[in-house]
Amino acid sequence: MTVLNPAGWRPEMGERSPASHDVPPTVTGNRALHLEEPLLFELGRADQCGIDFDVVDGAPLAGLPLRSGPVDLPGLSEPEAVRHYTRLSRQNYAIDLGPFPLGSCTMKHNPRLDEKVARMAGFADVHPLQPEATVQGALKVIDELAHWLVTLTGMAAVAMTPKAGAHGELCGLLAIRAALDARGDKRDVILVPESAHGTNPATAAFAGFRVESIPATHDGRVDLAALVGKLGPHVAGVMITNPNTCGLFERDLKTIADAVHAAGGYVYCDGANFNAIVGRVRPGDLGVDAMHINLHKTFSTPHGGGGPGAGPVVLSEALAPFAPLPFVAKGADGLLHLIEEAEAVAAAPGAFGRMCAFHGQMGMFTRALAYILSHGADGLAQASGDAVLNANYVLRRLEHLLHAPFGAAGPCMHEALFSDDTFAEGFSTLDLAKGLIDEGFHPMTVYFPLVVHGAMLIEPTETESKAGLDQFIAAMESLAARAKAGDPALKTAPHFAPRRRVDETRAARKPRLVWTPEAA
Amino acid sequence: MRYLPLNDTDRGAMLAAIGAPDVEALFADVPAEARLDGPIAGLPGHASEMAVERHMARLSAESLSAGSVPFFLGAGAYRHHVPATVDHMIQRGEFLTAYTPYQPEIAQGTLQVLFEFQTQVARLFGTDVANASLYDGSTACWEAIAMAGRITRRSKAVISGGLHPHYVRTAQTMARFTGDTLVTSTPVLDAQADDDAVIAGIDAQTSCVLVQYPDVLGRIPDLARISAAAAAHGALVVAVVTEPVALGLIESPGALGADIVVGEGQSLGVGLQFGGPYLGLFGCREKFVRQMPGRLCGETVDADGKRSFVLTLSTREQHIRREKATSNICTNSGLCALAFSVHLTLLGGSGLAQMARASHLRAIETAKALGTVPGAALVNAQYVNEFAVTLPKPAAEVVDALAKRRVLGGVALSRLVPNEPALANVLLVATSELTTAEDIAALVAALTEVLA
Repeated sequence: MTVLNPAGWRPEMGERSPASHDVPPTVTGNRALHLEEPLLFELGRADQCGIDFDVVDGAPLAGLPLRSGPVDLPGLSEPEAVRHYTRLSRQNYAIDLGPFPLGSCTMKHNPRLDEKVARMAGFADVHPLQPEATVQGALKVIDELAHWLVTLTGMAAVAMTPKAGAHGELCGLLAIRAALDARGDKRDVILVPESAHGTNPATAAFAGFRVESIPATHDGRVDLAALVGKLGPHVAGVMITNPNTCGLFERDLKTIADAVHAAGGYVYCDGANFNAIVGRVRPGDLGVDAMHINLHKTFSTPHGGGGPGAGPVVLSEALAPFAPLPFVAKGADGLLHLIEEAEAVAAAPGAFGRMCAFHGQMGMFTRALAYILSHGADGLAQASGDAVLNANYVLRRLEHLLHAPFGAAGPCMHEALFSDDTFAEGFSTLDLAKGLIDEGFHPMTVYFPLVVHGAMLIEPTETESKAGLDQFIAAMESLAARAKAGDPALKTAPHFAPRRRVDETRAARKPRLVWTPEAA
Repeated sequence: MRYLPLNDTDRGAMLAAIGAPDVEALFADVPAEARLDGPIAGLPGHASEMAVERHMARLSAESLSAGSVPFFLGAGAYRHHVPATVDHMIQRGEFLTAYTPYQPEIAQGTLQVLFEFQTQVARLFGTDVANASLYDGSTACWEAIAMAGRITRRSKAVISGGLHPHYVRTAQTMARFTGDTLVTSTPVLDAQADDDAVIAGIDAQTSCVLVQYPDVLGRIPDLARISAAAAAHGALVVAVVTEPVALGLIESPGALGADIVVGEGQSLGVGLQFGGPYLGLFGCREKFVRQMPGRLCGETVDADGKRSFVLTLSTREQHIRREKATSNICTNSGLCALAFSVHLTLLGGSGLAQMARASHLRAIETAKALGTVPGAALVNAQYVNEFAVTLPKPAAEVVDALAKRRVLGGVALSRLVPNEPALANVLLVATSELTTAEDIAALVAALTEVLA
């Protein structure tokens, strides 16, 4: 067992379990730095306010549908609020605390420079409908980031407004629909590999397409023959993730793209894993027509506990005329302009319309641009190289203990995939994942992709050190051995987290989604 | 490079463990013709933190920031005071750098915040339940239309002329592909919201009626009357709130009969940010829960019986249901939801009432003062903190002329509804607790000059 802190706890010291019976439970339920925190609605008071307002004299307009009293919302003073949220924050795992090897999610270091620049007044404190002459700095950020994105991907144009990866998928499919409509083509099928992210088929259905599934080959890639066999006059396009969700490069993508194009369809690439190849491979060279880029993955804008993300979509020459509104364009006057509805009739007759209010996730654009400028073209290639190196290191160090279904086929890209094949009867991927929590790590992605039984998808990213990976590998070796041996303590892990396993069935059976006093 | 922990010694040792000669060998699956043999041409190399900060600061200086001048823009994005505490809390690394709380045992912080957020939104909107947020108000608005269609099994939505034109455009984009029918109209310049037109549009095929409250001109539609008319036809009422601060003063949409209430949460905690990221709010009646889009956080217990929170009802969502999901949405707007929630916690109901009242009283002062400007005329009979003014010339020109005088005086309605001559001279003006008497005086002086 590798000791994390040689000056601290060591295995020979034994375990003093927090649950051991010779220590009485605390009155508060707290355990020193493990602090329980009540709900806001149990702490706050209706008349408490943590903000002082300047007094404004006057009376409201007559005839308004005034409320009979304030909204029933408890308030906290500033010190109480700071403590409430600080205590809650400490019940979270985070990339700032340790490795977060969620495959496909790309949890890498979030530079604080990016936070600083996003808060600069010329970006953070400008209104989206200010006159264009007063927002040139903000528009330059969009334009500069757009230039990087099209150059890094080798594409013709980029739609900047999509608000997340799934919104970007929608943008790409709507561009395909618009392009088909423009030529009077009624194609209505999108082909989606069975290893795809759930958003792919959901998006295709949301955009009004029928979804047909494509099987995977034994080496974890799209079955080229099956895909080509499905092509025809009703197929609008394919959605392919590359590198794919098994962490493998789709070697046949160019061949697939050529076949799809020859059959009159378009190629959508799910760019969730672009971080594996950025600076080294341009999707435009592989025949891709549209690809979203998760700025919160490849370009490290923070995940924020579940968003906000940003999903700009790069487009090929064929789809560029069908981008959404608005977009930024340079005018004859030398200024940057927003092409909105008023200008679109002349400037972008094929544009399919607006996907959201305003101009996209500006706060994410500033962060992503600062990240990209910091790395530069050379640093981005180094980052993707290190990400792939780290993943292969994990793959090769663990494949003697865990079954790696595609390990024999060659190197992986940025993530290493294992199955639960070596586990004892009754032990699952979930048990190992919960064991990782006790070891101080966030679990990997589990049960995805669906094509591998009990999948464990590990994405270390380039921002983990070798020493950190060695610790993670040591923990994984121990857990794999325990799962193989059938250690019952693993079935009830985690033991040391703020909570033990939570009852998800109970939550779904009789949902309690808001706090009510009678239930307290 | 400062973000990369590996050095060449590490890389060498790791390659040896892998059994690969170099990193390039790990990219063997990429066809040789697709592999670049050096940095991409035309892009600069890496840069120091100080160099990047300098570059970004120069770009920032090329925009006129709202806080540096008298400022009166609204139309779906509002500038309110955001306490320093809010930004401090959202920069806690445990919130900022966490993922979606799929491992509840080590994500109770995020989950409890979402549960509190859902409760706050439901109480603000007067709905039974609320979700854990969507991208923004405009996308939440389309999601409400789609949800009403699933519930009523009808596909015609009647949209008030008072709904923010960007929201209408967003819905039109989606409807073009889903086949839904949207009945739309441009706003009519009356003192009262065009409730009669909305009510006249409802029939037995109507799935829902969309009403912005207050509307894009700042007028306040009679939601109770519209709700009664919709109910008579079995249609749902979707109320759209782009300025939630207004609900500190006027009655909640849910209390007036709205079945679904969606909104833009940006005005609490989030800030202007040139339009994003923002915060989609979504509340509805409890009986519709299983048709809701987006993430939901629910209460449960852990193996020791301790109260715990967990993402729930995920069988509605794309990662389980794939093409049969209620929506393709994967992310929510988590960190913006946190900012909103912290701000609302600092306010409480009493603080929100003060904030709304101060914003409203500044609007009254501003409207009164603009009434003294020759040629300017107030449109609204009622408003909270935003109203429309007609001018003797195109508002877009006036807005530009004001900006040249370093006054951000409002939004020309023609920016949102182009090519409508009847609306070309309409200026939308918004205020908040940040508006000062000096700001109002500066606006009046500049506008008088521009219209002279």
